[in-house]
Amino acid sequence: MASMTAPVVEAAGITKRFGSTVALDDARITVRAGETHALVGRNGAGKSTLVSILTGLQAPDAGTVDFGGRPAPRPADRDGWRRQVACVYQKSTIIPDLTVAENLFLNRYEGRRGLIRWGGVRERARELLATWSVDVDVRSPARELTVEQRQFVEIARALSFGARFIILDEPTAQLDAAAIGRLFSRIRDLQRQGVTFLYISHHLQEIYDICDVVTVFRDARHILTAPVGEVPKGDLVAAMTGDAYAAGPAARRRTPSASPVLKVSGDVTFEVKAGEIVGLAGAASSGRIELAEAIAGLRAPAETIEINGLRPRPGSVPAALAAGVGFVPQDRHREGFVPDMSIADNATLTISGRLGAFGFIDGRRRDAMARTLIDNLAIKTPGPDLPVSALSGGNQQKVVMARALAADPRLLVLINPTAGVDVRSKEFLLAKTEEIAESGTGVLIASDELDDLRICDRVVVMFQGQVVAETSAGWSDHDLVAAMEGVDLDV
Amino acid sequence: MSELAVRVPPHIRRIALAHVRDLTLIPAIIAVAVVGQIVSPVFLRTDNLINVLQNMSEIAVLVLAESLVLVVKRMDLSLESTVGLAPGIAAWLTVPTGAGHGLGLLPGGFAIPLTLGVGIVIGLVNSLFIIKFGLNGFIVTLGMLIVLRGILTGISGGQTFFQLPDSMLYLGTNQWLGVPVSVWICLILFAIGIVVLGFTGFGRSLYAIGGNLDAARAAGIRTERVLWIVITTASVLAALGGLMLSGRLASVASAQGNGYIFTVFAAAVIGGISLNGGKGTMFGAFTGILLLYMIQNVLTLAGIPAQWIGALNGGIILIALALSRITGGKAQD
Repeated sequence: MASMTAPVVEAAGITKRFGSTVALDDARITVRAGETHALVGRNGAGKSTLVSILTGLQAPDAGTVDFGGRPAPRPADRDGWRRQVACVYQKSTIIPDLTVAENLFLNRYEGRRGLIRWGGVRERARELLATWSVDVDVRSPARELTVEQRQFVEIARALSFGARFIILDEPTAQLDAAAIGRLFSRIRDLQRQGVTFLYISHHLQEIYDICDVVTVFRDARHILTAPVGEVPKGDLVAAMTGDAYAAGPAARRRTPSASPVLKVSGDVTFEVKAGEIVGLAGAASSGRIELAEAIAGLRAPAETIEINGLRPRPGSVPAALAAGVGFVPQDRHREGFVPDMSIADNATLTISGRLGAFGFIDGRRRDAMARTLIDNLAIKTPGPDLPVSALSGGNQQKVVMARALAADPRLLVLINPTAGVDVRSKEFLLAKTEEIAESGTGVLIASDELDDLRICDRVVVMFQGQVVAETSAGWSDHDLVAAMEGVDLDV
Repeated sequence: MSELAVRVPPHIRRIALAHVRDLTLIPAIIAVAVVGQIVSPVFLRTDNLINVLQNMSEIAVLVLAESLVLVVKRMDLSLESTVGLAPGIAAWLTVPTGAGHGLGLLPGGFAIPLTLGVGIVIGLVNSLFIIKFGLNGFIVTLGMLIVLRGILTGISGGQTFFQLPDSMLYLGTNQWLGVPVSVWICLILFAIGIVVLGFTGFGRSLYAIGGNLDAARAAGIRTERVLWIVITTASVLAALGGLMLSGRLASVASAQGNGYIFTVFAAAVIGGISLNGGKGTMFGAFTGILLLYMIQNVLTLAGIPAQWIGALNGGIILIALALSRITGGKAQD
């Protein structure tokens, strides 16, 4: 029935490059009226680039986007785009200090002689919310809304522009089960009223619950589009990970010693032994980053943490350092380095005390230390005095790694250690991590990148703050992705 | 390969680079000296130069204090009121009743510890608001500036404390080796500042905190403790500057230090201290205030009428900023 009319949106031959990275490579997607269409893919598959192209925020380098059979508006015609499509992002675009009514008609207030008639604005806001049965007081400040109400208000705002095609970007990431249920029934209601959804989620089970058609992207390319009922979970995971990765575990030959360097007990319980690489996997909201930061002393832990038989003072980085932790934080720009300081100063920031007596820093000792680290990590620089801001992303990440290694840690905690670095630096950093483990250091990698996790001896998978799976040696990519995406392949 | 690349030249370049950044204002200072000598042959005489140093010594200590605070990406406006209030409270309690307007409650020997103690208390209060309660430093210290100034006006009744005890006069009036004690103190404090910020782990932690607070914390620096120390040290330095000024003037006026903060900020920024934190050296800050006072001295020697000095001072600050922007080559921030 839907095939009779032109699809709500049809993008074909879309290619988009950012510098040397290809974000989308001849990608396509067709969404038909009235369907709820899932878009899935691992990080870096090109989903967010596709969303920004479908919403007109970015123009593709090549390819066409049609709405209802007509070409998309010009990039500058924001109102034209808004009449076609809207996206409800994970991050709110609601202004918390304005009321719901003000948010709904932001910059579209009507009035006379430049003065806003607030009564009229509120009246229209009430009508709009009533039309789509959203039960929210239009006079309440937006900050008082729950995540769920906020999403409904954003959907209503999108519909008020005339768009009947709405992109939901991970709408359930911050919702509890009951709210997810309400969101789903709302989506079904709107679907009956003729609204079409493109649904992006990391939680594959939801796609089977709510969506009609699924499209899989991998490595910037379109892989498959099919009715959800015709794609078994195993095949979906296989499409996301790719055949090349399905070959099974990489050879892992390390023989960890019996003594644990890290013991975590509480809600989450696991150990890392000396000479072992353990992965801590899970989606961004799974709690893996919080746990890794707690081990490094950046935040107070919910669990009991024992490092080298010691219990460092919770929430104290100096205590964690003293216990023998080396740490690569989640975001190198935010907490990895001081951009205007030299490589030498950044790399030795954690070991000031070892660079001279009475708190003084011996410049020669610091530079000698830094040169050793620069050689060890193959940082491309004319010398240790260059500010870190002058380095490429990959080399900056190596400086952060150098800082983590400067104190000869017994336990190395890495969060997303290869995020945003080039392929060669990535291979180098991972090989270096394996080398460090072979020298007897325990390594914990908190990441959702398969490439990072593939070097791990074991992987602990977290989902919403709990351990949901622990793979033994010899795990395969499929098992891991299924656990991280919250689907159970055995069902 | 990398062994070859890093062998010797970068080390030399490192020294050279560090010095070039430090020496940005030296050409300007030389230029002003040449102009000064042309304007008046008195300019380069030792007693005139010592006079310049003595005139700037108190405010230079404030520049040092503010530079420490700016390096950790905070600001402290209340320093100018501390300059007045710290010696003011000491004078109030130690100056005998009568013409000196004091209470005469304590012997004169308490004056210096009292001054420095008031500095510590003010620094702790600032730290409490800024670090413990996480309030914006600009607004907190603006409030403190007004409160402290008001307290001094309150205790003095708007009048000036005279007949200060000898201990308060010492720093401002005596000489060591023919050079005023206040000049010595100023130079010694800057020397300590240069060494601590340039060559110690503590100094490096200040740049790390100012450059990227989160990275400093992730690197195990006890950021809050360092910030408490810096903000409190700045207030103690301001109290010391106030003591030197009171000694030289042999009095504490209720307006002592009023308006200093603008010159202090200007000198620090001209000297290469970034308002965005993490950048600049204490040597640079010293050249900043030195340049401003040398120019003022040249103007005085040239016989510029006193009523125009204010306008010229402002103009000089703008010109000096523009000059340091040109010679520094990078946008001022």
